[in-house]
Amino acid sequence: MANKNTVLAIDNLTMKFGGVTAIDDLSLHVDEGEIVALIGPNGAGKTTAFNVITGVYEATSGLVSFDGSPIQKGVTPDKITKLGIARTFQNIRIFGSMTVLENILVAKHMRTKQNVFTATFRLSRAEERRVRREAEELLDDQGLLQMKDETASSLPYGLQRHLEIARALATDPKVILLDEPAAGMNPQETLELAAFVKRIREKHGLTVFIIEHHMDLVMQISDRIYVLDFGKLIANGTPKQIQTNKKVIDAYLGSIEEDELEETADVKS
Amino acid sequence: MNNIKHRRQKRILTIVNAALVLAIFVAVFIAEQVLPQTSMLFVVLKKGSIYALIAVSMNLLNGFTGLFSLGQAGFMLIGAYVYGIFTIPEEFRQSVYQYFDGGLIHFTVPIVIALVMAGAAAAIFAALIGLPVLRLKSDYLAIATLGFAEILRALFQWKIIGPVTNGSNLLRKFPNFNDFNIKNADGQVVLYLSTLVPFIVAGVCILLIVLLIRSSYGRAFRAIRDDEIAAEAMGVNLFKHKQLAFVISSFFAGVGGALLAMYQMAIQANAFTSAMTYEILLIVVIGGLGSVTGSCFGSFLFIAASEWWLRGLDSGAFLGINAPGVFRAGFRKVVFAVIIMAVVLFYRKGIMGDSEFSAKRIAERFRRIFMKRKSKIEAVDSIDN
Ligand SMILES: Nc1ncnc2c1ncn2[C@@H]1O[C@H](COP(=O)(O)OP(=O)(O)O)[C@@H](O)[C@H]1O
Ligand SMILES: [Mg+2]
Repeated sequence: MANKNTVLAIDNLTMKFGGVTAIDDLSLHVDEGEIVALIGPNGAGKTTAFNVITGVYEATSGLVSFDGSPIQKGVTPDKITKLGIARTFQNIRIFGSMTVLENILVAKHMRTKQNVFTATFRLSRAEERRVRREAEELLDDQGLLQMKDETASSLPYGLQRHLEIARALATDPKVILLDEPAAGMNPQETLELAAFVKRIREKHGLTVFIIEHHMDLVMQISDRIYVLDFGKLIANGTPKQIQTNKKVIDAYLGSIEEDELEETADVKS
Repeated sequence: MNNIKHRRQKRILTIVNAALVLAIFVAVFIAEQVLPQTSMLFVVLKKGSIYALIAVSMNLLNGFTGLFSLGQAGFMLIGAYVYGIFTIPEEFRQSVYQYFDGGLIHFTVPIVIALVMAGAAAAIFAALIGLPVLRLKSDYLAIATLGFAEILRALFQWKIIGPVTNGSNLLRKFPNFNDFNIKNADGQVVLYLSTLVPFIVAGVCILLIVLLIRSSYGRAFRAIRDDEIAAEAMGVNLFKHKQLAFVISSFFAGVGGALLAMYQMAIQANAFTSAMTYEILLIVVIGGLGSVTGSCFGSFLFIAASEWWLRGLDSGAFLGINAPGVFRAGFRKVVFAVIIMAVVLFYRKGIMGDSEFSAKRIAERFRRIFMKRKSKIEAVDSIDN
């Protein structure tokens, strides 16, 4: 099923927490330049899938591959980020006590050509300037430039989400994993997010893998959709195919109206 | 345009900050020439500057990286011993190492090199401890470092290694701060430098730590403190950066230990107790976790209070009140404990919180006051119209 330009692939992945099987034999792939959505009810295992991909958890069995080569077991999350997989978090995890700009600079640290000696003694000012300029460009894109010197935790919720996206982009990824980016955003912001995701895909040559509960958004931007229920893949296909799939309607879409109302209060990770 | 203005403003603030620091150094220098050497002020300045360095080094780890270590006394011990062992002049070794046949080592190195060696030795020990401990997720560091410091204290008094450490006997007669005073042919001091020297050494070290904290690596440290999982997801190698912070912090604790040895003119392993670590931890907390200037103020305050201002509480008279029955040995500690409890209760985040005392802050404070006044004047004006 996987094409030759598959960027991210999961093969027969199972993740167990003690007795709980959070993910049960999941296989999927995300191709270069695609926007792929992962949807399903709360507790379906979506965030867990992201956590396995990014190395936060080690899979019970199965394989994650990036750019055609398997990611070895026990590789730490920072190495996976360095490969080119960036992420945001469902429950926002910005560096709260640092400024907005510093949040971006941290993400740039990994690819900065400095060691602790040259950094401390300011021996590569040109490099430092380049990094700062790139960071400010990213902030400008997100409408955050005027707030660059503000403490990150003082930003309103919606902007914190944008800061997280900017920070993820700062790691220079090939694939970006967005975990419910619209959660906590107002309807206006959610609307803008759709255009925004498409724009960053064009601008940064990205592949996007997104978890989201706002079905309008998902149907509007996704090339393909995977539906997860109780850790099992119950459907996959284009937005049109998913919207009319009986299994999906029963398990998830049918109950979405109530969910939409509750989701702002959702703080589950 | 805005950017250029911003940069110029920043440069001016940097210059003002540098001028403030320079003024302090000049004041210390002048005080040393004009005030009697026996003044308690110099005890406070010397010991305070050394403690400031050690507190800042601890803050780098506990305040800026979010790692809880309790090994400071152990690393100071290593630094003190390395300094002493390699700087005692050959002619004194026979008398210092009298129970060990003049000791094993028969060469000395220059003071500056000995200070670097003191730091390096502490750093090497830190790297060895960090290797297994810092890979663990949870905080085993506090237990490991505390245990390590206690073991070192016993180890350095061990007879078998006496030819190097002088066992449980004092190490003495190594160069101390008074040796920096410049004397004329008659042996009279013409220029006092014994307080300025620890100030300069501690100042340079603290400057290095500040430069580190404000570099890309310092930002990675603070990111780890704020959110380990997010830091790792942003490509920060947790183990590498924790190890780096730990090793650098220990390096400066080692240098601090060497300075303390110079101040005390004698080294005895038994003095480097965990109580010493708690003292420094207290300074860091009182000054504010994550504030370098807070740690510096905290150190001078702590030393001034414990060595000077509250002395009377132990010796009969305090603030002119004569009450030998109450003010006797040990009472100082009681009062001290109460003060500290009050600070912890009412200033949860320490004196400085996690902000710094700097020209920028002062400027902002003034601007705010000025703005208030201006808006008041404008308000009055509009009423007039
Ligand atoms: N660290 C963990 N320990 C134990 N159970 C977990 C852990 N993380 C997730 N789970 C469980 O895995 C299941 C899937 O959770 P999650 O992936 O967060 O769902 P989703 O993101 O789809 O809402 C839930 O039952 C959750 O309780
Ligand atoms: Mg989730």
